[in-house]
Amino acid sequence: MERKNLGLGLLFISPWIIGFLAFLAYPIWYTVELSFTRYGGFGVPEQIGLDNYRRMFDDGLFWTSVWNTVYYTSLAVPIGVVVAMVLALAMNQQLPEIPIYRAILFLPSVLPLFAVSFIFLTLLDPNQGIVNEFLRRFGLNPPNWFGDPDFAKIGVVAIAQFGAGQIALVFLAGLKGIPQHLYEAAMLDGAGAIRRFFSVTLPLLTPIILYDIILGISLGLQVFTQSYIITQGGPAQSTTFYVYYLYNNAFRYGGQMGYASAMAVVLFVVTFIIAGLVFITSKRWVHYDLS
Amino acid sequence: MATTTPEIKEEQYVRPRRAAKDKYIRIGSQKVVPRIILVLMCAGFVLPFYWMVTLGLKSNEELSIYPPTLYPNNPIWSNIKDATEAFPFWRFAWNTTVITVLTIVGSVISNPIIAYGFSRIEWPGRDKVFMVVLATVFVPFPVLIVALFDIFAQLNWINTYWPLVVPLFFGQAFWIFLMRQFLMQIPKDLSDAARIDGANEFQIFWQIIMPQTLPAIGAIAIFAGVSAWNDFLGPLIYLQDSSMYTLSIGLTFFQQQDSYDVQYNLLMAASALIVLPLIVMFLLFQKSFIEGISVGSIK
Repeated sequence: MERKNLGLGLLFISPWIIGFLAFLAYPIWYTVELSFTRYGGFGVPEQIGLDNYRRMFDDGLFWTSVWNTVYYTSLAVPIGVVVAMVLALAMNQQLPEIPIYRAILFLPSVLPLFAVSFIFLTLLDPNQGIVNEFLRRFGLNPPNWFGDPDFAKIGVVAIAQFGAGQIALVFLAGLKGIPQHLYEAAMLDGAGAIRRFFSVTLPLLTPIILYDIILGISLGLQVFTQSYIITQGGPAQSTTFYVYYLYNNAFRYGGQMGYASAMAVVLFVVTFIIAGLVFITSKRWVHYDLS
Repeated sequence: MATTTPEIKEEQYVRPRRAAKDKYIRIGSQKVVPRIILVLMCAGFVLPFYWMVTLGLKSNEELSIYPPTLYPNNPIWSNIKDATEAFPFWRFAWNTTVITVLTIVGSVISNPIIAYGFSRIEWPGRDKVFMVVLATVFVPFPVLIVALFDIFAQLNWINTYWPLVVPLFFGQAFWIFLMRQFLMQIPKDLSDAARIDGANEFQIFWQIIMPQTLPAIGAIAIFAGVSAWNDFLGPLIYLQDSSMYTLSIGLTFFQQQDSYDVQYNLLMAASALIVLPLIVMFLLFQKSFIEGISVGSIK
């Protein structure tokens, strides 16, 4: 019976097995292989051992891209968690017209990043953009946004918040799952609204916060489209993010596919190490039980 | 009597006033303040749309006025038509639609079958293999782009839609997960009863279980369609001939033509046209969007 089930089960999941081997496992293996070669996409890759990995240490632009990506991710992830939670709390209000607010806050997250990038390029234009026009009308000195190395990354962080509605819905589902009697008990103990948030709401949302942090780090390390469309890595290489530099090595600078593969291997390993570390530390601050 | 009456009157007068005050505070904290915050938030989220439409309708002259006008003084509706002629809009829209439809077909066929194998059949090692499925969610796609490009180049698949579409016929980890969550909620008795009646697993899958999962399949179709329509990195890597381009790559035509004189009004009009089908889809299937995300989120 069980043997028969094994065959049947494997039969049903066989498309996944084929896809996993062909489009994931083999490409990862092949990336590792290519990372030990000099390769331009034509002919036979030339074996050069660890040279690509050694090269990273002396490559200033590589470290710039690492710094930019770490900077962006460590800014975008915490801001993203707070924004998503604020949106979820707002969407959780008892008002008859709440579906309208919810639709407005969620809709931007289904829009394509390439189009949103173009919109923010015009929105945050130093002279013609509406944001700076508002700031000027309030007598403020507006920043140059994507033209200023200090503000370009902040602009990219802002773009990420525009798409926060999707994760906010996950938080909202979490909020709705919190049993009402916990709030009633806290109120009987004399806890005010702020106290109730920190002692009931926040602890019960920690599994979602963990999910958001891991997802956010993974997406943060992959940031690409915004630099490709808005800044082309500038100004002064302030938005040359890791994947943008990887892409340039692979497809723009000739003959660097081996080096790009080595960068890909490093990204893969680092993503899993960071996700693993977050997951391990999460045991200290994530509450899974409802009691 | 005459002296006490005003006191009573005053007390009767004060009580409703205090109650009214409490009521105002309650309404204020529960209805008014949240509304103000929500409206301000929504204004922030609507602003990019507003600016897209405003710029999209400005004339070339109005576009260069400083300080910028906050709404189009003289809306140029012909910008919409001009935007579709400034680059091969309809060609790219057709290409994108082909990819989107094939992606939806592949996702709707593969994910339910795979998820069924991970939920409705019990076989040794199933849940361990499923952990592998979950782990693959965290593999960043950019890690694979060099190898995938080279593999597809060796298959002569570059400049075709195969690299964008074929992998979808083999399931996507997140949608397998979503579908599995849904399938596990269907009572086991339903399958067992059919087995006793002599139905084989494929009949149970197709005749008993699939009709129950239409909402989840709908959600997968929507998410797959949106992700194909929105894809940028995939088409950027695999499509080289401009007649094959999608809208996402086509939109960068505006920048490449002359980087010092980008026609932002036409660029925004074209962006609006690209975004419009998504907004319509969202308004039509809002429930599926929201439920799809919520199903995937619980536990």
